[in-house]
Amino acid sequence: MRKEFAAKIGQLFESDDKLVFLTGDLGYNALEEIQSKYSDRFINAGVAEQNMVGLASGLAYEGHPSFVYSIAPFAVYRTLEQIRLDVCIHNHAVCIVGNGGGYGYGIMGATHHANEDLACLSPLPNMVCWVPAFSEDVEYCLDQIVTRKGPAYLRLGLGVSYPQPVKIGLINQVIKSTKKPRLTIITQGPVVKNAIKALEGVEDVDLFSMLTLPILDFTPELKNSIESTQNVLVIEEHTERGGLAEHLLMRLTREKLRLNQFEAFNAKGYPSKTYGSQDFHWKESGLDVESIQNYLANN
Amino acid sequence: MKQLELRRKLLKLYFDAKCGHIACSLSCLDLLIALFGQKKEDERVILSKGHAAGALYVMLNHIGEISDNMLTTFYQNGTKLSAHPSANSFTNIPFALGSLGHGFPIASGMAKAKKINRDSDFVYVLMSDGETNEGTTWEAAHFAVANRLDNLIVIIDRNRLQGFGGTDSVLGDTAAAEKWQAIGFNVQEVDGHDLKALEKSIQRCKQENLGSPHVIIANTIKGKGVDYMENKMEWHYLPMNEEQYENAMLSLEKVYYA
Repeated sequence: MRKEFAAKIGQLFESDDKLVFLTGDLGYNALEEIQSKYSDRFINAGVAEQNMVGLASGLAYEGHPSFVYSIAPFAVYRTLEQIRLDVCIHNHAVCIVGNGGGYGYGIMGATHHANEDLACLSPLPNMVCWVPAFSEDVEYCLDQIVTRKGPAYLRLGLGVSYPQPVKIGLINQVIKSTKKPRLTIITQGPVVKNAIKALEGVEDVDLFSMLTLPILDFTPELKNSIESTQNVLVIEEHTERGGLAEHLLMRLTREKLRLNQFEAFNAKGYPSKTYGSQDFHWKESGLDVESIQNYLANN
Repeated sequence: MKQLELRRKLLKLYFDAKCGHIACSLSCLDLLIALFGQKKEDERVILSKGHAAGALYVMLNHIGEISDNMLTTFYQNGTKLSAHPSANSFTNIPFALGSLGHGFPIASGMAKAKKINRDSDFVYVLMSDGETNEGTTWEAAHFAVANRLDNLIVIIDRNRLQGFGGTDSVLGDTAAAEKWQAIGFNVQEVDGHDLKALEKSIQRCKQENLGSPHVIIANTIKGKGVDYMENKMEWHYLPMNEEQYENAMLSLEKVYYA
């Protein structure tokens, strides 16, 4: 999604001369064009993430909505207090951009993974976390972030393209809708592609992709599907605590939607204490195609 | 005399509220008087050592932003005047501060914005010397030099006492002039209770804006003006009883009328 991200940032910078981009010394092979074209508004803040978020708050206060870019764990955990105090409490237009959310950085190891980022950020005042699932979502998320103006987190990953034309511009997107569903699957982020693959040839399961946390929008399509199936499976590249599954359960309870069955597949850390690609970690956590197929076969 | 008048207000504020953070407010009060005397209306002073909120509140009361009536709500339920400055209530409190190490990066961002906007205003940030223990100080310091933020004036309230010991006995003098010089700051060291000297040093910063950010290391006395509080770490925390309050007021008279 870095390519789509850089292209969209370029467009936004072209049309709004107030925007500022800060990077924590990262962006090789992606951000060079923005750096050279908008040198006065592109700041390499060095390997100093806490300062970078403070800077962004100061810039936003002075009328410059800012993007803060780093690898997801560095952008989120190192800077959590700055995000909470300097950005969120004041409702400043600062977007934290975390590249490689979840296990996105694969073999780079645990230092580079972020599976608790949404749990850390989504409860903060005024904060909206955006988790694009497909490459095409990045543009929509950035448009929303710029329009909404407040604190935001954009969790980038390795996204695939949309499998078929779907309605872009919905916070919970209908990826697959069937006439008589027995199960409603709700995913968040690029892991959606495993659900799409697992559902090939399956005609009685609905699939949705949720773009935000907190859940900003609960569409009638999603509500109708859950009302009809009373059976929900959440698939998220995030820990069980504080992610989509927990947010969703609260929402379903408030909406008084009755469930017969609820299951959530989450990131499980490093159960075998070994490391590998994103696909490897998905498999270890049971987020892979086969695990989803097994669940479908038995439920 | 402003130094006496605001100290009286400050002591009354803390006595009425029966709370601590008195000595650290007294050590930086003169710095605030000098800064508010020198800054333009639209310029901002970032009080990064937010635990000295009382000093800021009496200063803002003095310039008319906080009314006498509102000042009496300090520390009470429902107040806008919490023990550390809170967000979104006053023009001259642009950020909620009190977790140390936040103000300098924010002020650097504001100064950078002014550079982008080709705005000639200055940004001021007041830190404690203990606060310079924080790593963000050194992240922001290098950023300010690398980005030639000569519109940024850092003032350090160097009273040589921090939360649980003298600065020398904790991490050493992390506010020492050599450190700032080595990074590339325009450094001045000044008596932090001498208003004329402070004003002069602020003016010098404004005149010598040749690419380097500025730091004024203000040597101060924790508890300045109240004899029994001076250089006493415990007066970071203690509230005054009635007798102590009376003695404090008497001490002020002696110091500022002598």
